[in-house]
Amino acid sequence: MTTLDVAIVGAGPAGLAAATLCAERGLSTSLYDEHGGPGGQIYRGITTASRARAEFLGEDYWRGATLVPPFERSGARYVPGATVWALARRADGTFGVSQSAGPPTARYATTVEARAVILATGAQERPFPIPGWTLPGVLAAGGAQLLLKTSSLVPRGRVVLAGSGPLLWLLAAQYLRAGVAIAAFLDTTPRGRLAQAAPLAPGFMLSPYLAKGLDLVRFVRRRARVVEYVTALAVEGKDAAEAVRFRHGSHEETLPADLVLLHQGVVPDVQLAGAAGCALAWNDVQACFAPVVDVWGGTSVPGLYVAGDGAGIAGAEAAEARGRLTGLAVANALGRIAGTARDAGAQRHRRELAQALRGRAFLDALYRPADAFRMPHGDTVACRCEEVSAATILQLARDGCAGPNQMKAYTRCGMGPCQGRFCGLTVTELMAQAQRRRPADVGALRARFPVKPVTLGELASLPVGEDALRAVVRSPD
Amino acid sequence: MFARLPDDAATDVAITIDGEPFAARAGDTVAAALLAAGRRVFRAAPATGAPRGPYCLMGVCFECMVTVDGRPDQQACMLAVAPGMRIETGRGVRAVGADAGTPP
Repeated sequence: MTTLDVAIVGAGPAGLAAATLCAERGLSTSLYDEHGGPGGQIYRGITTASRARAEFLGEDYWRGATLVPPFERSGARYVPGATVWALARRADGTFGVSQSAGPPTARYATTVEARAVILATGAQERPFPIPGWTLPGVLAAGGAQLLLKTSSLVPRGRVVLAGSGPLLWLLAAQYLRAGVAIAAFLDTTPRGRLAQAAPLAPGFMLSPYLAKGLDLVRFVRRRARVVEYVTALAVEGKDAAEAVRFRHGSHEETLPADLVLLHQGVVPDVQLAGAAGCALAWNDVQACFAPVVDVWGGTSVPGLYVAGDGAGIAGAEAAEARGRLTGLAVANALGRIAGTARDAGAQRHRRELAQALRGRAFLDALYRPADAFRMPHGDTVACRCEEVSAATILQLARDGCAGPNQMKAYTRCGMGPCQGRFCGLTVTELMAQAQRRRPADVGALRARFPVKPVTLGELASLPVGEDALRAVVRSPD
Repeated sequence: MFARLPDDAATDVAITIDGEPFAARAGDTVAAALLAAGRRVFRAAPATGAPRGPYCLMGVCFECMVTVDGRPDQQACMLAVAPGMRIETGRGVRAVGADAGTPP
């Protein structure tokens, strides 16, 4: 088996930037991605989207197009349609990277060997557990935006956008520019958040996002009904979404809706990093877990790096800079460039990163989701796969359940096909609330390989040997 | 629930949804095609049988699983449509031995 210098997972801005840099420095580089084209979620469809769309997708989206030609010229191998589901670190420090590819009727698995691995797995939607969020017709706003980018699909009928954060405003503006009417924009940013964020505003004043952000908000406010300080949000319907119910001030209101788009920010996708044994830390400002990384993206596992939003949410431009910084570190670690060359090359990317991070603290503080929308109660579903309610988790937590992993054994939360991706943070925070502990002390659901469901047929297609065994063996805690 | 923008110029991809022919578009995922066809309910939740449809559309939530070309539990949002693809919706939890797939 030939050993790659570096295997990179995820073809968003961080993965593309890292792969380009590594290949340009002469490292044999493969970039694996689950999708059929490069761009990740933020630049999804960037090589196929029509330029006529530039107008309403916005200039920030088209920045992604500048990443692809250098990547294609770099000599990095691009492997689309590949799902990486295990990483096994061997005694000699190399990694076995197990993945599946192929159409549904002929999927097969392979394991490649790599001297270093960069995870650029990016972000996922933060769970938004409210009553009715499992009803058909309730979608994540980020998902609806992907439909726009890849399939030119826009809402038809009465659409309500609800939640908080830059992406929700951006999507509203994109729809409005495309001529789609919005029944209501329900802003769940809690009262008082602006005052909390204000001390961080000086940083934001220098941010490239400030003017754009204010423009977006003004644009949406002029063209759609925006309701502020929304609380007690719920979706109602029998077999699908029919209405949204909410409170603003002392006023309760119900609006008919065919489509409800929810969003309250994104959180790092830490499934592979966590399963590989990388130390995770609770970020209280962003209310999520993220891998502990050094300034180069190096994790607690030697040879394993995390670049981009997967190491903490900072946005696409920051992800690009972080990808290049990690690429330099890997080129140095594998002996391609000297430490001095790494440090000299890093200066520009550190400046870009600093520029991209201006205002991040302000946005994090302003858009930190309300406690009630992160920690539900009663019958509200916390674990969508296994249909476990918040009340069940709270009761077991009060009864002394030791942690999320025991909670999984008691209730099956995190045991369904999503493997805890959509309930993990909710379970940790609900347990912290019930037990009056800090989320950092409660800890995270332990991710396990394979991190995506694989069939026995796929497993059986792996060549028999040490790698096949390591791909599914329980990694040491 | 969703409609195509009128200027969409992507070429048609002929598929079937629960036996009915449908013209998806190049670039569609299976989930996008189902939504474009007006489908909201993709499957039944395993524990209660409640109707479910796609939520995240980025491979995370697994709510959009459907049967594709006879293979159950495929993430509709992660799979591109292909000519002749057969998509079946509405499946809940499987009975043991009820309809096990044939090995490749």
